[in-house]
Amino acid sequence: MTEKKNTQLKILFSVIALFVCAGILFCVNHYTRPTFMLRTVMQLGAIYGLVAVSMNLLNGFTGLFSLGQAGFMAIGAYAFAIFTIPAKSRPGVYYLYGVADWLSNLQLPIWAGLVLAGLVAAILAAIIGAPVLRLKSDYFAIATLGFAEIVRIIVGSSPMNRITNGSLGLKMIPKFPNFYFPFIVVGICILIISLLIRSSYGRAFKAIREDEIAAEAMGINLAKHKQLSFIISSFFAGVSGALMGMYLGAITSTTFNVTLTYNILLIVVIGGMGSITGSILSSFLVIAAREWWLRFLDMEMFIGSFKVPLLKSGFRMVVFSLILMIVVLFFRQGIMGTREFNWNFILNRLRKKKNAGGEGCE
Amino acid sequence: MSEKVLSVQDVTMQFGGVVAVNNLSLEVHKGEIVCLIGPNGAGKTTAFNVITGVYAPTNGAVEFEEKTIISNYPQGKMEKLYAGEHKGKYKKVLEPTPDKITKLGIARTFQNIRLFKSLTVLENVLIAKHMRMKANVFADTFLINWKEEKKMREDALELLRILDLYELKDEKSSSLPYGKQRHLEIARALATNPSLLLLDEPAAGLNPQETDELTDFIRKVRDQFHLTVFMIEHHMNLVMDISDRIYVIDFGKLIANGTPNEIQNNQRVIDAYLGVAEDE
Ligand SMILES: Nc1ncnc2c1ncn2[C@@H]1O[C@H](COP(=O)(O)OP(=O)(O)O)[C@@H](O)[C@H]1O
Ligand SMILES: [Mg+2]
Repeated sequence: MTEKKNTQLKILFSVIALFVCAGILFCVNHYTRPTFMLRTVMQLGAIYGLVAVSMNLLNGFTGLFSLGQAGFMAIGAYAFAIFTIPAKSRPGVYYLYGVADWLSNLQLPIWAGLVLAGLVAAILAAIIGAPVLRLKSDYFAIATLGFAEIVRIIVGSSPMNRITNGSLGLKMIPKFPNFYFPFIVVGICILIISLLIRSSYGRAFKAIREDEIAAEAMGINLAKHKQLSFIISSFFAGVSGALMGMYLGAITSTTFNVTLTYNILLIVVIGGMGSITGSILSSFLVIAAREWWLRFLDMEMFIGSFKVPLLKSGFRMVVFSLILMIVVLFFRQGIMGTREFNWNFILNRLRKKKNAGGEGCE
Repeated sequence: MSEKVLSVQDVTMQFGGVVAVNNLSLEVHKGEIVCLIGPNGAGKTTAFNVITGVYAPTNGAVEFEEKTIISNYPQGKMEKLYAGEHKGKYKKVLEPTPDKITKLGIARTFQNIRLFKSLTVLENVLIAKHMRMKANVFADTFLINWKEEKKMREDALELLRILDLYELKDEKSSSLPYGKQRHLEIARALATNPSLLLLDEPAAGLNPQETDELTDFIRKVRDQFHLTVFMIEHHMNLVMDISDRIYVIDFGKLIANGTPNEIQNNQRVIDAYLGVAEDE
């Protein structure tokens, strides 16, 4: 009976939370100037949040330490761009090399482009998954990192000129139709990943993370489930890549270099390996710090005639690396560890307080 | 006592030059509790690992419910290195992975407990039920199969109730007392719906009282679930108390088999094993 009450409470809370989020987005959209930093931070935070959660599905929930997320983002972004750049803009985009004939009149709607971006990334994951997933942990990390670099190099190489526009990259990528668009897409994607994680397949992933030998002894087909996790994670990395393309409007292969992988990893580790809400929270924090609060670290600053030492271009990244090292050394659990910030978490907290207060009564 | 559940045939397991299991043959019949005993390093766990598909045997075969499920013969480098017997008797290669074996109906526990530590008791049991799930990822994620999921949960809770673990269902499995962890590992194995249960030293690390509880627990499990139990054990009281038959191995080789009474009076066993056990 209390369980039923709990469920009702949780649903009520969820609806309220949804309205609060929508309200915040509405306010930000209506009462801030279009150039206000918070808008950028929120949109970029959402996109990084999605790719961080997708990486967490592999690293935190299945125990496969992958560093290939940027590669799948690149694939998603390019797939999206190639199929959604307006047909009339194509001659301008491909002015140097020309566009492949089969592409010149092709133009998909945005939603189809997003799904396609995910699918292309997922198919590639399926192809490379079989050999790569057989590697033991550290070799797997190296192989996926290498894969991401290979993707980047192939995409930017001259034989691909008439499709990816080679080293010039692609521009005129459709922008977000409105301010809310990225939040809706990211919200749906993260909801799906959360549903997956609480499903029986999600439990099987966690079993593999906890103990491969025991998981296999319990009848879990390791190869199949690792492959599944890899493909699904890549699908959502592809979608986030497409969103990144929309956000930037123009991409080149260097958009998706190792620094991006590093940033995503930073977010996942700070948020806590194995916590979805941790990844989301940390994504907004890290992006806000990087794009907004810590901007000043990259700028030379004078107080009177005194030049503040160390502050110059690139110092921001040094600070970030230090933060990562501190987290890894002293707060290995990150913000959330493997806990989730959900209603159970909150209800339990409240109940504990109550029990502590009313011990003598019962 | 007729129906054969498990039949290990001439199994040799050789690691490089080390012969861990040497020409082992044994049988377990339906409804029996059979013990495998022997000194440390005799090759007992390795024999279990062969039966459950962790290692492919170097030579020999394993039958389960009258069907050959595992078979191998020395090949490649092993062809020259092979130090066992019956070379050339087996010609088939059949090397299923452990998950396939579990699906057939053989479940096991581990000598050093291998629970899913950071997950709850209930989750541990649910995971063991995953392999029987019919729905694909898509249906499972979007709750299209909610009925199946509900049934899984009910079955898991029912199992925990029968095994007196219900109260602990939401506890993190690593926070359980050691004895309960052993029980949970058996419960988790049972959740795969096995017909044969392999237990690798289930009483290791338990105090005398916990060992008695475990003895009752194993009997109860065998009777309620109509199981056949094949177990490795060191606690002689437990072994003599619970076994229908006993196999003894030393240096990978079978040195005796029989009823507890026969084994207790077997001079070879006393020399190789029981004598040592008394010294401990
Ligand atoms: N993977 C392996 N590689 C090499 N040697 C092994 C391996 N597994 C077991 N052994 C050897 O096989 C022998 C039997 O070990 P084990 O089966 O664990 O003994 P028991 O369970 O009877 O105590 C030991 O000498 C051990 O070193
Ligand atoms: Mg052993």
